[in-house]
Amino acid sequence: MTAVVAPATIDAVARGRVRRAARRRSVIAVLAVLVVVAFAVTLMVGRTFYPPGDVLRVVLGQEVPGASFTVGRLRLPRAVLAVVAGLAFGLAGVTFQTMLRNPLASPDVIGITSGASAAAAFAIVVLGWSGSAVSVTAIVAALGVAMAIYGLAFKDGVVGTRLILIGIGVAAMSRSLISWVLSEAGAWDFAEALRWLTGSLNGTTWEATVPALVALLVLGPLLLACARQLAALQLGDDTASALGIRVDRTRVVVIVAAVGLLAFATAACGPIAFVSFLAGPIAARIVGPHGSLLLPAALVGALLVLVADLVGQFALGTRYPVGVVTGVLGAPYLIYLIVRTNRAGGSL
Amino acid sequence: MTTTHTLAAEKLTLGYGERTVIEDLDLVVPPGRITAIVGANACGKSTLLRAMTRLLAPRSGQVLLDGKAVHRLPAKELARTLGLLPQSPIAPEGITVADLVGRGRNPHQGVFSRWSREDDAAVAAALEATQTTELADRAVDELSGGQRQRVWIAMALAQQTDLLLLDEPTTFLDVSHQIEVLDLLTDLNRARGTTIVMVLHDLNLAARYADHLVALTEGQLHAAGSPSDVLTEECVRVVFGLDSRVVVDPTSGRPLMLPLGRHHVREPAGASAGDGAAGPA
Repeated sequence: MTAVVAPATIDAVARGRVRRAARRRSVIAVLAVLVVVAFAVTLMVGRTFYPPGDVLRVVLGQEVPGASFTVGRLRLPRAVLAVVAGLAFGLAGVTFQTMLRNPLASPDVIGITSGASAAAAFAIVVLGWSGSAVSVTAIVAALGVAMAIYGLAFKDGVVGTRLILIGIGVAAMSRSLISWVLSEAGAWDFAEALRWLTGSLNGTTWEATVPALVALLVLGPLLLACARQLAALQLGDDTASALGIRVDRTRVVVIVAAVGLLAFATAACGPIAFVSFLAGPIAARIVGPHGSLLLPAALVGALLVLVADLVGQFALGTRYPVGVVTGVLGAPYLIYLIVRTNRAGGSL
Repeated sequence: MTTTHTLAAEKLTLGYGERTVIEDLDLVVPPGRITAIVGANACGKSTLLRAMTRLLAPRSGQVLLDGKAVHRLPAKELARTLGLLPQSPIAPEGITVADLVGRGRNPHQGVFSRWSREDDAAVAAALEATQTTELADRAVDELSGGQRQRVWIAMALAQQTDLLLLDEPTTFLDVSHQIEVLDLLTDLNRARGTTIVMVLHDLNLAARYADHLVALTEGQLHAAGSPSDVLTEECVRVVFGLDSRVVVDPTSGRPLMLPLGRHHVREPAGASAGDGAAGPA
């Protein structure tokens, strides 16, 4: 059957495919380089500047007077968490946006991230827990919120608009829960409050970073392996099913993996505002509609967090938590999306 | 290439929630032919198609592909034999024609397998068969309705299945594009022996293009067979609740249904003139 097609036509198809893939690969390469550069800058700058040579020696485990403490103990966990959280938020965000076919369906808009944050805040501030107990609390709460939203939105199948509206309500409830937790706790400080409300990398320790890193190493590849299934789900459930995708099973695996990534990252640094929401659309704008957005969006997420943290720390006079900066970036885009949707004729 | 795959429904009962849509239905799809399923709105024709591609699990009975229940076949194995074009598939924003058609290769690819020459050849063949090769680099959302439908059919073709099921493939198309799509499906059937099953709401197009016509009414099989056997005035009355005249279409030799509404109907010679001929003379 394929024998009747001229080899030239097949070559043309192959060329087009390779060309589109090449564009995507070069964007990924550029993004990866930018992430490495921003990571290095984060390690170098601060109250004291350390040249790249010193930083490299500290990272490689050598003892450098002064730099070993500042870079190794203070800046390195912060920079690593910035990358890990950015990758996790970006990956989880674009996964939800792709699966629900709507840029507004990102986990920070529909309340999953703030649910995780509320649980983490409760565990740390009220119960006095730390480490993996906090992560587990966050993931249980995030999964619970995800299931609650899904259950509330379900009526003859899930409709994106209803899910988003219910999610926005759940997000508001979670945020008021965070405020309540913080006001109930006796000795709460302002920095801690901001962490759970908008996300912050201030005072990051290895203890907080490692669980998020492990989650990323386990769940990240799992999500990337689902890229083709996710791409098929974009065509609608029926078409995906006709293409041999097990729609329900894929959805469960993908939701659990994405929510897990989010919850572990949120337990470490709070719900860094709008990174999940922004990473996918920015990646889509750069890459174009060619192939999976998972990896590009993850890298955009990491870059957003690193750059926003640098801006928050050094560019504005006062030290702002990273979430304040990303929030300032994200809010106008949210308004733009809603306005555009209204113009396009109503349904989200 | 001739298809020897058999597709049949056996004592099939289907429904959503409390509602039963199809009851105790037996149906055999003739291999290598074009089958059209017709019936009034909500008679269960799309539901039947969904069950045949296992988008819907049967309440009782089963759908058999080569004698095996489709609900027990591995998803990818089924997708290599049986393709489906749903009524309203969704094209991701900005996706190019070539990329969309390439998605049809999914059932032939493993999780980590690379894109092969065979995949490219299947995409090229699908583009050529649907005359969409020139559109390959265009975005699907800029195409006309007819072009877009051809692209979706190309995606189903890239899947290289011996059976292809289509749910109202001509809806929302103007008449020339309806004919274009049905001609294309006939070409596929003749050139490759692809078994085609489609739900059509236009009775006359169904009678014209199908080798085998299946008429459903209220979830039951009313009649199945060649169009000239199935499409009768009696059938139209039972299935659609409509009085009609069925004549032989002079262009195709197939039956052609002419509805008898309450207006604009000339009284046949010899019949008594009623009050139907109202209006100024």
